[in-house]
Amino acid sequence: MKFSEKWLREWVNPALNAQQLSEQLSMAGLEVDELAGVAGEFSGVVVGEVVDCGQHPNADKLRVTKINTGDDELLDIVCGAPNCRQGIKVAVAKVGAVLPGDFKIKKAKLRGEPSFGMLCSFSELGISDDHDGIIELPGDAPVGEDIREYLNLDDYSIDVDLTPNRADCLGIRGIAREVGVLNNEDVREPVIEPVQSTIDDKIEINLDAPQACPRYLGRVLKNVDLTAASPLWLTEKLRRSGIRSIDPIVDVTNYVLLELGQPMHAFNLNRIDGNIKVRMAYADESLTLLDESTVELASDTLVIADNHKPLAMAGIFGGLHSGVTTDTTDILLESAFFARDAIMGRARQYGLHTDASHRYERGVDPQLQRDAIERATGLVLSICGGEAGPVVEAVEQDALPASKTVILRQERLSRVLGINIAVAKVTEILTRLGMQVTELEDHWQAEVPSYRFDIAIEEDLIEEVARVYGYNNIPNVAPKASLAMLPASEATINSRVFKSQLTARGYSEAITYSFVDPKVQDALFPDEKGLVLPHPISSDMSVMRVSLWPGLLGAVAYNQKRQQSRVRLFETGLRFVPDAKSESGVCQESVIAGVIAGRRTAESWHGGDEAVDFFDVKGDVEALLAMKAQNGEITFIAQSHSALHPGMSAAILLDGKNIGFVGALHPQFTKMIGVNGSLFLFEIDLTALSQRTLPQAKAISKYPANRRDIAITVKEAVSVGAILSHVEKISVNQLVALNLFDVYKGKGIEPGYKSLALSLILQNPEKTLEEAEIQQAVDTVVKSLESEFGAALRE
Amino acid sequence: MELEAIISQAQSQIDAAEDAATLDQVRVEYMGKKGKLTDLLKGLGKLSNEERPAAGQKINQAKQVIQQAIGAKGEALHSEEMNRKLAEEAIDVTLPGRVEQPGNLHPVSRTIARIEQFFGELGFAVKTGPEVEDGFHNFDALNIPANHPARADHDTFYFNPDVMLRTQTSGVQIRTMEVEQPPLRIISPGRVYRNDYDQTHTPMFHQVEGLMVDKNVSFTELKGILHDFLHHFFEESLEVRFRPSYFPFTEPSAEVDVMGKNGQWLEVLGCGMVHPNVLKAVNIDPEEYTGFAFGMGVERLTMLRYGVTDLRAFFENDLRFLKQFN
Repeated sequence: MKFSEKWLREWVNPALNAQQLSEQLSMAGLEVDELAGVAGEFSGVVVGEVVDCGQHPNADKLRVTKINTGDDELLDIVCGAPNCRQGIKVAVAKVGAVLPGDFKIKKAKLRGEPSFGMLCSFSELGISDDHDGIIELPGDAPVGEDIREYLNLDDYSIDVDLTPNRADCLGIRGIAREVGVLNNEDVREPVIEPVQSTIDDKIEINLDAPQACPRYLGRVLKNVDLTAASPLWLTEKLRRSGIRSIDPIVDVTNYVLLELGQPMHAFNLNRIDGNIKVRMAYADESLTLLDESTVELASDTLVIADNHKPLAMAGIFGGLHSGVTTDTTDILLESAFFARDAIMGRARQYGLHTDASHRYERGVDPQLQRDAIERATGLVLSICGGEAGPVVEAVEQDALPASKTVILRQERLSRVLGINIAVAKVTEILTRLGMQVTELEDHWQAEVPSYRFDIAIEEDLIEEVARVYGYNNIPNVAPKASLAMLPASEATINSRVFKSQLTARGYSEAITYSFVDPKVQDALFPDEKGLVLPHPISSDMSVMRVSLWPGLLGAVAYNQKRQQSRVRLFETGLRFVPDAKSESGVCQESVIAGVIAGRRTAESWHGGDEAVDFFDVKGDVEALLAMKAQNGEITFIAQSHSALHPGMSAAILLDGKNIGFVGALHPQFTKMIGVNGSLFLFEIDLTALSQRTLPQAKAISKYPANRRDIAITVKEAVSVGAILSHVEKISVNQLVALNLFDVYKGKGIEPGYKSLALSLILQNPEKTLEEAEIQQAVDTVVKSLESEFGAALRE
Repeated sequence: MELEAIISQAQSQIDAAEDAATLDQVRVEYMGKKGKLTDLLKGLGKLSNEERPAAGQKINQAKQVIQQAIGAKGEALHSEEMNRKLAEEAIDVTLPGRVEQPGNLHPVSRTIARIEQFFGELGFAVKTGPEVEDGFHNFDALNIPANHPARADHDTFYFNPDVMLRTQTSGVQIRTMEVEQPPLRIISPGRVYRNDYDQTHTPMFHQVEGLMVDKNVSFTELKGILHDFLHHFFEESLEVRFRPSYFPFTEPSAEVDVMGKNGQWLEVLGCGMVHPNVLKAVNIDPEEYTGFAFGMGVERLTMLRYGVTDLRAFFENDLRFLKQFN
């Protein structure tokens, strides 16, 4: 809601300047978004009269004028505006005037003719961007008066960002009431005199949907001249409230909308066939709107119709057929109350949002319609002439909102706010808000005025009291609560632990959008169809991620393009895997994912300039997994993945269940994603990692440990992981540690085979192992490896 | 005479010795089994009983002198050798060490962690919830019925009329109150989504929602906790003001502004007393319990705290940006 400060001050005029007033409104919950002067900074501009206007001798497009500004002598001024002519009143910047942009007016010569000033356009005075010609002031403008005074330009446009509950303030009347309350000042409501009818013409009104429209007022106006111009005072008020002047009828209905908050509409009387019927739209009905678009009406839409057809979408938008144009002379004015429920959401259904729908879906005072139609009638007649018929009012009293009485308990007020406010103070606040208040033993009974349709329950009154009392007059108190200790499961690992593990390993945390480019995601995950956003920000942010990889890969590309070649990034968050069995049809899993690229270590004098490989990222994954469990429960198995290099891709299993993948990005995707070099990725289900077993301490053996190294050869295809877990599994119960310390292929080893060097650490908790026992354990391992994997012991 | 000559000869040999081996040769030459002094001692047998003690004493004295000289020289040689070795091993300690430069948390995570810490210490448990949310939890239960104008203000990403990306983390309040009874103290950080993208809006951002429900929770306490939070978060005594506002799920409602360094008020969070309809929606009796709720934009707080000027930097993941938050 944007309005002119001066207009408001016609209603209520507290001793505050515009800035203070704005601050006060904001602090009362009517947040002022913008406070802007209605004209540029200028001085020395006065009302003048063009006494003479002749052709410039040396320039076709210029005129030489004589201007009366009330001084002893007429001013010679050269002017280029096409609308400059003898007899009009204009805005004259005299020599010495300063226009917006610190533009000083000096004596000048234009093509040989002297000029003592300038005739101004609206844009030159910073009033509007209208620079079509010079300002033409009304004929009765007093010559010599300062333009700022005459046009009331020391005024501000105040733009209030109203919350949906305060629709009562969508008009000067409501804002004025609020300002009156805040300053404890009376509001001077202008008296709206009923306009006597001079003709008998009227139209019958049928309320066919009384719940949706319990009150409808119509009035016939005949012989109105729509070619008349709206007066400057009116167009200026509209302009300062952010509304452009269109024609007198639109201007007047807009004026009443802004002044009282009542949306109005005008029909071309001659296009109405029979009665006005306010009804729900029929199936298969369509309506062409004033903007010339045609909509198919839904049956939940209220329409204003005549005997045969819909004329307008009630409370939302007028129809083209019954619209008023400049050659219209007979009109029907509408002033109606439509129920919120009948309008809410309807405009949006049709992709519309109008000043009327904005108000009706938030609420309009159900007692306002007669004032509004009288106000509009008076204005139209005064501008356009014509004659008015009687006001026809159709009303369904039972369907109108009933007047409300709300109880406010003293105890509740104190309990919710946490302070005691004096009874008299509360009564005063509620009374100032326009309520009929009765003080009872331990509560107040407040009868709510019709214009505060937002107030219905006790909390509404509590809020009003707190608001007017001033939130900042309410003390700050530390909350009191019983000191109940929160449980903290030691077995649960907070995801922060995993994050710090990765940051310690050189990873930075990324946050990427949860919606990604379907082109990338579909390529990486052809079998998983992510949820599609029907109305995305852009096509490359239009599908919900099924993995964190698309986002992380995008971040790698972004960094590589900016000379950041060594990249280590991770992210935690949800992936969204469509799944009919899950809530809302999507399984939302918390995962942790990472990507590395570039050098293994930052370039340094220590040397070592290898690029990262699979075992770097696997090591990082193992570090994460180590937070969770003993090695035995976790296994990596070679398994292909659509996004990964087929020879460098492993599934991560926890007790045989897949909890993630680790591998190299399949090189076929590097170009599409826009990355260079080899990238290595992992993604693990965080929920699977989040529980660990608590330590169960065992006694440490007092007896010495023995190390025996063995070297075996096996076929290359045999996986080392299988050998290691096999050795751990077979019952060599003295084995306390196992380490693979060498993998060798080449000279001395038969082609197609590899040599593995293992160290076995053997120890017994109860005694020193004899050499024979040690040898027996080693032999058991070797024999088992021979039979299980075809291994041969290297001598 | 002979003895003194031997001592002096030994002394000069000791002085001349340049390493431990040469010194040991000197020791052997004089005091070994066939050493010069050993020979003299052996020769004592030839002397008379009267002469023997005095002569023996002299030889032993000479032996001691030489032994001491050898010992002193040995120590000198040892410490020389040590110094030489230490000098050889000296390095340029200003060369950079072998390090994996640690990475860092995202600044948004860092802010969330701080918020969790402040409220965690007051017994607020951290709760999370789904981001693809249903209409009941995102709107209906929060007293935002269908067609309510507040819904239009949310620029919601819908998948269908009843499934959407959550526009606020308030749904977690509802999910918590559905399964837990008061007293309740929770905060729920997380991603939220609005269909809006320009200089000051990203379609995804982070909120931390807080909720406290108990028998006598009041507006003064809401003011108190947020006032303290803002002071502790920014670690300065900023001017804070509470401005009446409207949220369908709280009443009274307020927006909270802090005074920025430029002298302008900046809105940092929204809050209010939980609306009775919200409590009723989760079967908590609003006559028995009252509560407050608040919601803050994490990016806004992070920008103010660390001087970040471009909101979009948070989601570009430029390492040069991220690594400033070590």
